[in-house]
Amino acid sequence: MMIEGARWKKWLWFYLPLGAFILALLFPFYWMIVTTVRPDGELYRPWNHPLYSPFWTSHPTFEHVKDLLQETLFNTWMLNTMFIALAATLISLVCGVIAGYALARLTFRWAGILGTAIFVTYLVPQTLLFIPLAEIIRDYRIGDTPWALILTYPTFLIPFCTWLMMGYFKAIPKELEECARIDGAARWQAMLYIIFPIAVPGILSAGIFAFTLSWNEFIYALVFLSSPEQKTVPVGVTSELIRGDVFFWGSLMAGALIGSIPVAIVYSFFVEHYVAGVTGSIKG
Amino acid sequence: MARVLLKQLNKKFDGTHAVKDVNLEIRDHEFVVLVGPSGCGKTTTLRMVAGLEDITSGEVSIDGRVVNNLAPMDRDIAMVFQNYALYPHMSVYQNMAFGLRMRKFDKPEIDRRVKHAAEVLGIQVLLDRRPRQLSGGQRQRVALGRAIVRNPRVFLFDEPLSNLDAGLRVQMRVELKRLHDRLETTAIYVTHDQVEAMTLGDRVVVMRDGMVQQEGAPLQLYEHPANRFVAGFIGSPAMNFIAVTIAASGDALWAEAPGLRVRVPPHKTQALRRYSGQRVILGLRPETLRPASSGASGDYAFDATVEVVEPLGSEILLDTRVGESPVVARVDPSVRASAHQRLRLAFEPERAHFFDAVAEAAI
Repeated sequence: MMIEGARWKKWLWFYLPLGAFILALLFPFYWMIVTTVRPDGELYRPWNHPLYSPFWTSHPTFEHVKDLLQETLFNTWMLNTMFIALAATLISLVCGVIAGYALARLTFRWAGILGTAIFVTYLVPQTLLFIPLAEIIRDYRIGDTPWALILTYPTFLIPFCTWLMMGYFKAIPKELEECARIDGAARWQAMLYIIFPIAVPGILSAGIFAFTLSWNEFIYALVFLSSPEQKTVPVGVTSELIRGDVFFWGSLMAGALIGSIPVAIVYSFFVEHYVAGVTGSIKG
Repeated sequence: MARVLLKQLNKKFDGTHAVKDVNLEIRDHEFVVLVGPSGCGKTTTLRMVAGLEDITSGEVSIDGRVVNNLAPMDRDIAMVFQNYALYPHMSVYQNMAFGLRMRKFDKPEIDRRVKHAAEVLGIQVLLDRRPRQLSGGQRQRVALGRAIVRNPRVFLFDEPLSNLDAGLRVQMRVELKRLHDRLETTAIYVTHDQVEAMTLGDRVVVMRDGMVQQEGAPLQLYEHPANRFVAGFIGSPAMNFIAVTIAASGDALWAEAPGLRVRVPPHKTQALRRYSGQRVILGLRPETLRPASSGASGDYAFDATVEVVEPLGSEILLDTRVGESPVVARVDPSVRASAHQRLRLAFEPERAHFFDAVAEAAI
C-alpha cells in the first residue's frame, strides 16, 4: 500500500542515506583504481597547479602495474599469501567446526565456561599476543617461514570459527541428529551425513571470514617474516614500496588493488551462503 | 514384535525429578498412549525408552533384554518426532532410505522397502521432493514412512500430530490407527491431547509431575477415574467439580453446598459414611446432566442459573452456575434454554463421582 507522500520520504530516508553509504564504501576502491592508472607526472602535481585534478586522469597508464609485477616480488607475495591463508583457514575450519559442534551439543560440566573462555582468547589483542608468540616461533625455529603464520593465525581464527559454528549448530534442531541415531547412525555418522551437510552455509561463512582475516593480516606477518621472498602481500607492498619517506603511490595502489581481488572473488562467489550463515537461517 | 517393560524408572535432571518410579508393561502389538499436561514427564519417559536420555535409575527392557546401556541404534526402535525431523538436504526417498543405508541393506532391498512404504502411505509421487517442498501432512507421512521401512520392534511417537491443523490432525489420527492395525507393531505414543489418547490407545497412561496417575483402557479411565486429576483431564468438556459437605440424616447421606442439596447415591453411601460432616468433591460429567421439570423435587437434582448457551448442532453446552460452582451440562439440541434462565438439572446417580478433598483420590 502506497501512502500519500511516501515516495519522497522513502527517497529522503532510504535511498539518500543508502547512496551516501555506498559512495563512502566504494570511494577507496575508486581512489585505488585512479591512483593505479595515473602517470607519475599527474600523481605528484601540487594542489595549486592549474591542471590539478585528483578525481580522474586524462592519460591512463599501466606503468605502475608493470613496475609492481616486474620490479618487485609481488607474484611471490601473492602465492605466499594464498598458501598461508588457505592453510590457516583449513586448520581453523577443521578445529572450529569440531569444537563448535562439541560445545553446542555435548553437555559436559564446563561447556558454558569453556565456550566463553574460547571467546575471550579471541578478544586478546594481537598487538599484545605477538610478543610471546615471537618467542615461541623462535624456540621452534620456524621464524621467516610460512609456518610461522600458518600456525599462529589459528590462534585468533579458531576461536572465531568455533563461535560462529557453535551458534550455527545450536540452530539445527537436535531431533535431526537424534532421529539419525535411532535410524542407525553412530554419532560421527550423524555428524558427517546429517549435521555437516546442513551446516554448509555456516562452514562456508566461517571459511570466508577466516580466509579474509588471514589474507589481510598485517602485524604477525610483519614481525615473523623478514626476507622479501617470504613476505605476504600487505607486508610486502608496504615495506618494499615505501622506502624511507618515498611512497611509490602508483605501485602501492596497484598492489592493494590486485591484492584485494581474490578476497572479492571469494566473497562474490559465496555471498548467498555467507548471508545465510551469518544470519543463521536454515531452510527446512 | 516386542514387549517393553519399564521398571522403577527414574530421571533426575539437575534439581528436578522429571520421572518418578514409573512401572509400565507394554505388551506385544499394544498401542499405549502416555498422556498428561506439559512437563509431566511423558516425553522424558519416551526418550529413555529410545535411548536419547540417560536413565537415572530403574530399568528399560525390550523383549526381556535390559537396554539401559544400549545405544539408540541398537534397540531396534523407530521414532517419529513432533517437528518431523526430516533431513532437509535429502529427498523424500533418501530420507526414508537413510536408516536402511546405515544398516547396510543392499540397494534392491532398500528400493523395495521404500517403494512399499511409500505406497502404504500414499506418497509415491513425492519421492523426489525435498522436505521443504511438502505440506505439513505430507511431511508427517514421510516421517512415518521413515519409521516403518525399518520394520522396527517398537514404534515411538512424540506428539506427532501436534504441528498439524485441526482437520488434518483428525484425518492423520484415523490413518495412524489403521496403520497400527496393519503393521501390528508395539507402539508407545506421547501426547498432551486427551482426545488423541482416548481414540488411539489400546491402553492409556495418565501422568502428572513425573508419576503415573492411572493406566487402563480409555473407557475404564473415563468411567472410573482413580483421582480428581484423571477425572478432570480425561473428557471434554471436563468433569464438573463441586465442593460439598456430607451430612447424615437418618440412614441417608446428603451432599450439601450453597444452592445445592442432593442425596448420595446408594452405591457410594457406605464409602462416604466416614466423611460425614467433612468436605468432599462431587464430580459430575456434563453428559450425565439433563434438564428436569422445574417443579419436580428429586434427590438427584438441583437448580442452576444458565449463563452461556453454546449450541454445537449435535448438542448444546449449557454453562450454568450452581451456588458458587460453575457447572457445564451437555444436553440434547432440542432443549430450549436462554441466558439468565433458572433451570433444574437432574443427574444420573450411578455415574456420580466423589473425591477426597485433600488427597483427591476417588472415594
